Amino acid sequence: MNSSAPLPVLPDRPHTARAFALVALAAVAWVFAYSVVQPLADWLAYGLLGLAQGSPLGASVAFFLYDVPKILLLLSGMIFVISVIQSFFSPERTRAFLSGKRQGVGNVLAAALGIVTPFCSCSAVPLFIGFVKAGIPLGVTFSFLIAAPLVNEVALVLLFGMFGWQVAALYAATGVTIAIFAGALIGRTRPERFVEAFVFEGMAGAGGLVEEKPSWVERLRAAWQSTREIVGKVWLYVVIGIAVGAGIHGFVPEDALAGIMGRDAWWSVPAAVLLGIPLYSNAAGVVPVVQALVAKGAALGTVLAFMMAVVGLSLPEMIILRRVLKPRLIATFIGVVGAGIIFTGYLFNLVLPR
Amino acid sequence: MTNVKILGAGCANCKRLEQSVRRVAEARHLDLTVEKVTDYAEMMKWNILQTPGLVVEDKLVSAGRIPKDDELARLLVPQA
Repeated sequence: MNSSAPLPVLPDRPHTARAFALVALAAVAWVFAYSVVQPLADWLAYGLLGLAQGSPLGASVAFFLYDVPKILLLLSGMIFVISVIQSFFSPERTRAFLSGKRQGVGNVLAAALGIVTPFCSCSAVPLFIGFVKAGIPLGVTFSFLIAAPLVNEVALVLLFGMFGWQVAALYAATGVTIAIFAGALIGRTRPERFVEAFVFEGMAGAGGLVEEKPSWVERLRAAWQSTREIVGKVWLYVVIGIAVGAGIHGFVPEDALAGIMGRDAWWSVPAAVLLGIPLYSNAAGVVPVVQALVAKGAALGTVLAFMMAVVGLSLPEMIILRRVLKPRLIATFIGVVGAGIIFTGYLFNLVLPR
Repeated sequence: MTNVKILGAGCANCKRLEQSVRRVAEARHLDLTVEKVTDYAEMMKWNILQTPGLVVEDKLVSAGRIPKDDELARLLVPQA
């Protein structure tokens, strides 16, 4: 761009042009940084530290030095883009859109909206009550509550970065499918019986929050803020996850895990799911470990089932939901979603080429 | 004296919002009482979908985010 020519900015919107210029500049810097990660990591591991190529320690260190900056760059870049997209969705708009939708079509829409609507599990209870009071069927609400944490942006970015887009897309598609069917199934069990009474008491408060439509500057600023927040929250998980993964890469022999986590070990899928439920981590910590396990002979279906159980059925979220759901319904929730995840694990192990 | 309520069951962002409110109130010499609403049935009176919610003189002004200090200063002055 010719810097001496005045930028064609509208007089009342100078900030918009400046914000977009900043984003473009950051994008260029990002692409440059991403392209030097690999040579820099190799130089650091084999040149500066003088580790032998192909040695276990050399392989581990090179893997770590390459993957940490690569994944952190991917995370920050893609979370920013996703946050901008999410600024067009809000729980309020999703609720307005879903209210009046029946079971069936509602489950499909709710699961899809669960991916793009910004959601924090700490808001699960107000969101649940708000949806129910707006007349959204319980089964549809569950489809949303299952999809939102299961198919989250951090999980998708990490799967994309470490396994490629096919696996990320497969994960997203199955996550949504599980959310649709699990929600529809729960909706048929007359779950109203097992929802705490206060949820239905009183009418929906009048109005709620009416936010003005944000300008582009506000969208970009909010996206930047949420990128910093998300990356700030998960970077340590990424580093630890990649460190564990790097250790596995360097020191665990090839195919060591084929026996216990391979596709022929039929019990490994339910075992992985049972193990995943009490574990509380986020996708950022799990994916690097999972990737290393696959490299050593674990079956992809088994480890994806493990990951889904960790992020989709977390114990803390169940404890939060206990405020509005009776134990019976929480058990149904875990049972139905867990069964869906186990089924998916077997399906992947069956159909994916090794 | 302005009555300010923070809606949220003790999540990390709820605490950060409370800190921000107190900081802004002190810096701008705003005279307000800060009340925490942690009961879900109670906070649903304002029909929020995301915590933390910020209520100024019984009116919900933000939800699910922590406004920046200058915006917060504006929000903490009750609208007529």
